[in-house]
Amino acid sequence: MSSSSLTVQGLAKRYGDFVALAPTDLVVADGEFLTLLGPSGSGKTTLLSLLAGLVPPDEGIVRIGAQDVTYAPPYERDIGVVFQNYALFPHMTIAENIAFPLKMRKIPEAEAKKRAREALEMVHLPHIAGRYPRELSGGQQQRVALARCMVYKPSIILMDEPLGALDKKLREHMQLEIKHLHRELGTTVVYVTHDQEEAMTMSDRICLMNSGRIEQLGTPADLYFRPRTLFVADFLGESNLLPAALGPRLGDEAEIRLGSAGIPGRALANGQDLPPGSSVRVMVRPQNLSIARPSGDETAVMGRVSDVMVTGSLTKVYMQPLDAALPPLVAAFATRNEAEAIRIDDVLALSWDSRDAVVIPDRAPAAVAGIAAKAA
Amino acid sequence: MSDQIMTMSHAAPRRAAPPAWRKPVLMGAPIVLLLTVFLVFPVGQLLALSVYNGQGFTLAPYQQLFSSSLYVTVLWITLKISLATTLVSVAGAYPIAYLISVAKGPAKSRLIFWVLLSFWTSFLVRAFAWVIILGRNGVINGTLMSLGITDRPIDLLYGFGSVLVGMVHAMLPLAVMTMLAVMENIDRTLPRAASTLGARPGTAFWTVYFPLSLPGVAAAAIMVFVSAIGFFIVPALLGGRRETMITQLIIDQIQQTLNWGLAGAISVLLLTVVLAVFVLYDRVFGFATLTGETAGATHNRDTAMRRLGGRVLGLLGAASDALIGLFPRRRPRGTGETPSTALRTVVWAMLVLISLPAFLMIPLSFGKAGLAWPPTGFSLQWYEQLFQSPLWMQALTRSLVVAFGTGLLSMAIGVPAAFLMVRSRMRAKGAMLAFILSPVIVPRMIIAVGMFYLFAQMGLVGTILGLVIGHTVVAVPYVVMTMTAVLRNYDTRLDLAAQSLGARPLAALRHVTFPILGAGMLSSFLFAFATSFDELTISLFSSGGLSATLPKQFWDEVTLQVSPVIAAVSTGLLVFVAVLIYAADRLRRRSLAS
Repeated sequence: MSSSSLTVQGLAKRYGDFVALAPTDLVVADGEFLTLLGPSGSGKTTLLSLLAGLVPPDEGIVRIGAQDVTYAPPYERDIGVVFQNYALFPHMTIAENIAFPLKMRKIPEAEAKKRAREALEMVHLPHIAGRYPRELSGGQQQRVALARCMVYKPSIILMDEPLGALDKKLREHMQLEIKHLHRELGTTVVYVTHDQEEAMTMSDRICLMNSGRIEQLGTPADLYFRPRTLFVADFLGESNLLPAALGPRLGDEAEIRLGSAGIPGRALANGQDLPPGSSVRVMVRPQNLSIARPSGDETAVMGRVSDVMVTGSLTKVYMQPLDAALPPLVAAFATRNEAEAIRIDDVLALSWDSRDAVVIPDRAPAAVAGIAAKAA
Repeated sequence: MSDQIMTMSHAAPRRAAPPAWRKPVLMGAPIVLLLTVFLVFPVGQLLALSVYNGQGFTLAPYQQLFSSSLYVTVLWITLKISLATTLVSVAGAYPIAYLISVAKGPAKSRLIFWVLLSFWTSFLVRAFAWVIILGRNGVINGTLMSLGITDRPIDLLYGFGSVLVGMVHAMLPLAVMTMLAVMENIDRTLPRAASTLGARPGTAFWTVYFPLSLPGVAAAAIMVFVSAIGFFIVPALLGGRRETMITQLIIDQIQQTLNWGLAGAISVLLLTVVLAVFVLYDRVFGFATLTGETAGATHNRDTAMRRLGGRVLGLLGAASDALIGLFPRRRPRGTGETPSTALRTVVWAMLVLISLPAFLMIPLSFGKAGLAWPPTGFSLQWYEQLFQSPLWMQALTRSLVVAFGTGLLSMAIGVPAAFLMVRSRMRAKGAMLAFILSPVIVPRMIIAVGMFYLFAQMGLVGTILGLVIGHTVVAVPYVVMTMTAVLRNYDTRLDLAAQSLGARPLAALRHVTFPILGAGMLSSFLFAFATSFDELTISLFSSGGLSATLPKQFWDEVTLQVSPVIAAVSTGLLVFVAVLIYAADRLRRRSLAS
């Protein structure tokens, strides 16, 4: 991961009034596996199409290596694209499909055949060279699409929800296989998905997108444990988001006061630069909650258990805090022996380590301020 | 709960389940019956007449056929004209169909409107328009002389050129619509994928898009060829003696000499050629492509031909890329997603060219000078004459009644057949499809003559019923084809959902299936209606001398005495068709919106 293989500066795309992609900066390192994650309409596919050169941008710059390719057509960029529906040419055999990019690069036929065969071996399908795409299963077509893309060793491979059409089991298998191929070949991969689990398992870094802009860019752990916005906290996994007032900073932590009662506690300041007194949310993941034995480092909330759900290895406990200003909490514990089980209507205190709690700016006041500004 | 179900099933009177074959037979029987009695039988009878003269077996008609070179020469001319028509129509239709398939939204609707307008404008009107354009006092000669380029009129009519122009004009819209069905099904990401894999635009088109569109080209070619070979309007109006086509000989045999044996023999000759072409087509592409089935359904794995084809296409691609490279590149272009200005200009020019002839009738119909170009003055006299003529008015009423009856009967017979083709898992589906399409395959002239003979025996000549039956035979394949395409896009799980909610099959049909399919059914009905409204060949014989339909009346006028009233009729037909297409499109959109 030394040099950058892909650089995007101020790249933007609009369709009429609709902002498909707000001006965006992004740097992808050489050999990195970067995932563009987001709900549909978040701009991830637009960004991928701009990178592939399938759509011209309205402004901004795209560089592959040192070369400016902003307005270069796809066939002059050193890229490979794996399409959502695979886009295998139905009138060509598998071997012809895979040899197609080599033929376009004027590689001699014998050499092209040899490399196509090797590519098929790489995806464990050496015996299907003479078949037509429609004679293959979805999983096989997916692998052929991968092979067709890898055979000419483009410096970047772009994948647009390549596993979307496969069933769960096959999808998980292919995730592993793509990871292996990525490690073996060391190619830079930009991968689009709306499946957060897929993004978490596969990526070096995740670029989480929302309404045409990047919400947060970081490692899966960054996004999961240190989300910087409510959207990120909400999109990735389950989370408890408790309204709180921000107190003074203490090193990398900040004091907080939860709910109307102002339960005191601490949370990671998360690099947010907010003035004391701001209203914020504190995020804690369900698995970081435990039944309270309050000590100096822990913050605790009292409440009544409203539901208990055993989901196999985990038991989820839903608790309504006694402070009505706080939303219901969800905690996840390893499923226990029945004798020690928690029951509905038990009154508990749930606590967490301040290192597992994170301060996130509350969007609501900003929006209110915006409306007030407009009214004035 | 389960107890309840048990008691209920005990209490209900046990009905024997209907046998599994009953439903498909009931759905398929009407069309099979119709085509057997009014297509297979009369055509068979006509063919039999060529070897049976009332007393016994004879080959005399065939001796007559091959004794002079006339018939073979005419067959050769027919093939030549049909082949030339096919080549030019397909080549011309390709860019139009391509542009329509990549266009979006209102641009697409506009393009389709203009193609449909030509498609549905009567063959007679379009052929007659060329008489006006190319005639000695016509548009071209008039313009040339007023510009002083020539001082005497040039002979443009009654030659191979004028026949070809008229034929291509008649067939081009059909070629566009047939091709479009296949092109719409080509996955648009494939050329994009080719582009990301390193193919330049020309190469991407010729090595990826073009091979995938070939079944559409083939389907269009065969539809045009078969229609052209059985066509007589254009050669009769625009051709000279040397452009006589074989169908005209059949008309002569029936109308002038009543020589059924020779008419039968010529029909055998014509039918043999057509069937040979179709068998070849089925071998190479399969009939399924005719109903717009996905491209590339069949492929021979034989490599020598494929490799040669691949080479040629690769070279074409490289050549067009070199050509494109000569022009300076405009900056922010994607991957040819948006069609180039050059393509759009060419296509619109072609659309104007195919629409213009019929529009020339409008100024002529309001002129004082009759059919000579340029029109002078303004008068409504031709319209007055038209509306005061009982002949024209009766023909109009009769045509409307017959067309309406044909629409209803075709739907009643064709819709169940389409359901059968899409939903049932019959083994003989291919054979059934070929049988249903046979009225399109068998040249119209042969059907018309055979039917005339049968109707004469049954006393149906000159009756509305006879015309409705005759027109339904030729309209019903189109109903089945359009409905098959509509039904294939219909999610059958909706029916199951309705039935699971308690709807009996007929109720599900009424409340769920038909409302959703309404627009498709309406367009099928209009297809049948318009086919009948413009039908001339069958009406030429079966209307008898007295009860003419509108096209028959038009034909009689054009061939006997050309009067400017024709221009007024043409204008009326043009407006009628435009309103119909517009209304159908509006209805379709409204049903999509709801």
